[in-house]
Amino acid sequence: MTSTMRAAIAAIAFAIAAPAALAQGSTEKGIEAYRQALQDGNPAELWEARGEDLWKKRTGPKNASLEKCDLGLGPGVVKGAYAQMPRHFADADRVMDLETRLVWCRVNLQGMSEADAKRGPFGGPDRKSDIEALVAWITSESKGVTMAVSLDHPKMRENFELGKAIFFFRGGPHDFACATCHGEDGKRIRLQDLPNLTAKSGAQKGYTTWPAYRVSQGELRTFQWRLNDCFRQQRFPELEFGSPASIALTTFLAYNANGAAFAAPAIKR
Amino acid sequence: MADPMKIRANAVGDATEVKVLMNHEMETGQRKDAQGKTVPAWFIQNVTAAWNGKTVLSAQWGPAISKNPFLSFKFKGGAKGDKVQVTWVDNKGETRTDEATIA
Amino acid sequence: MDARRRDVLKTGGGATLLAALTAVGWLKPGEALAQAPAWNKAAFEAKTIDEALKALGSAGPAQSKDIAFVSTPDIAENGAVVPVGVSSSMPKVESIAILIEKNPSPLTAVFAIPAGTEPTVTTRVKMGQSSNVYALVRSDGKVFVASKEIKVTLGGCGG
Repeated sequence: MTSTMRAAIAAIAFAIAAPAALAQGSTEKGIEAYRQALQDGNPAELWEARGEDLWKKRTGPKNASLEKCDLGLGPGVVKGAYAQMPRHFADADRVMDLETRLVWCRVNLQGMSEADAKRGPFGGPDRKSDIEALVAWITSESKGVTMAVSLDHPKMRENFELGKAIFFFRGGPHDFACATCHGEDGKRIRLQDLPNLTAKSGAQKGYTTWPAYRVSQGELRTFQWRLNDCFRQQRFPELEFGSPASIALTTFLAYNANGAAFAAPAIKR
Repeated sequence: MADPMKIRANAVGDATEVKVLMNHEMETGQRKDAQGKTVPAWFIQNVTAAWNGKTVLSAQWGPAISKNPFLSFKFKGGAKGDKVQVTWVDNKGETRTDEATIA
Repeated sequence: MDARRRDVLKTGGGATLLAALTAVGWLKPGEALAQAPAWNKAAFEAKTIDEALKALGSAGPAQSKDIAFVSTPDIAENGAVVPVGVSSSMPKVESIAILIEKNPSPLTAVFAIPAGTEPTVTTRVKMGQSSNVYALVRSDGKVFVASKEIKVTLGGCGG
């Protein structure tokens, strides 16, 4: 093959490749514009409003509200509380994430049984979840607050290490780990960029944008739900709600997001 | 009873900008459930917004408006502290009215 | 863009679309849309744009550059929620309607705009697949139209 021919072929190849690359770029721009257009008016606010009402509503055998629930910054302090969770709670002498703490408050303040307090953590069209609504409101009260999860308590450090081990643990029929999808930069599934949760920026972006209103489902989904769905996609056993494994994994990911401004409830595809 | 709407009404210059989020399934009537049975259509058909008893917008909707509908519009007038009222009626005759104070 | 719009219109609801748009009034003058809860069943249940326009009782719409799609993306990541905003710079706008050509029932929304309300509305719609979206504006008794193609990467009925 002569060099002119090679050049001609290269030129043709370029001519073919260039529009494709151009189309790719404009698609990404288009999707970005779509995501931007969704920001104005997030139906997550409907969950937030219901959650605020639920927080103030007297219920359970003790006919009490959750207004004295201590999320770590003192009884009833909601503003900024989520940005420091999970955390170690001295009264329970355990590390708790938001959901676990809500269950604890429902049991201890409202007098519910643990089973009742944990019931229906995830909602759907015909079953609204009180926990999801509460999580929506409480997290919204940390919007803009810098993530600051502390590992000072030994049990927090322990949870972090356990969560890290779970993140990198490979198993299941696909021999998958969380890290398989979320351990490197630049991975994606179809149009979804997958955040690298082992890197600062990825963890920040991934963690601080949950809960989110998922337009594909028309539902608000919590971070807990996100973890469960990742487990399902890995074909792992279901992650039990409020289990030590779930709290540990949340601790690992929340700590990695430290320093970022919390930005949820968000709205996603 | 249907859950409340979230209404924001903000004074912008001499106008009021209204943004409404409604709690509604907006079932199209095209979807089938797990048993293969068609889920009946269930959607908001009419929306009206009023300020000081004056209609500032009215709409007819079909089932292709997204679930948990969003609506945004702007009208001339409206002072901080005035009320804006929004009402919807769905195809089952269910209705909901909420109001917001212009901020 | 204009030429493309014309093409879109021609191929859009079939060659009859323009004829239909021209032949029938989109909204009858003085039709009291503000008197909710009137709901135009025939128009909303129409299976094609032509039928929907007939049911709305249209009058010859002209293509207009004075109708703009605002905050409306070219591509939607999910068809279940597609932001669509329509704005018009024409005077005396009486109503704005949104139609999605390839949906099972194209007519999606009709907004009556009383005097004093700006001729701009934003909402979110479901799209089963990529389609032309039409914005119809009635201004001072006349009907105008503009269209925009929106690509959908996932239909509004799954995913």
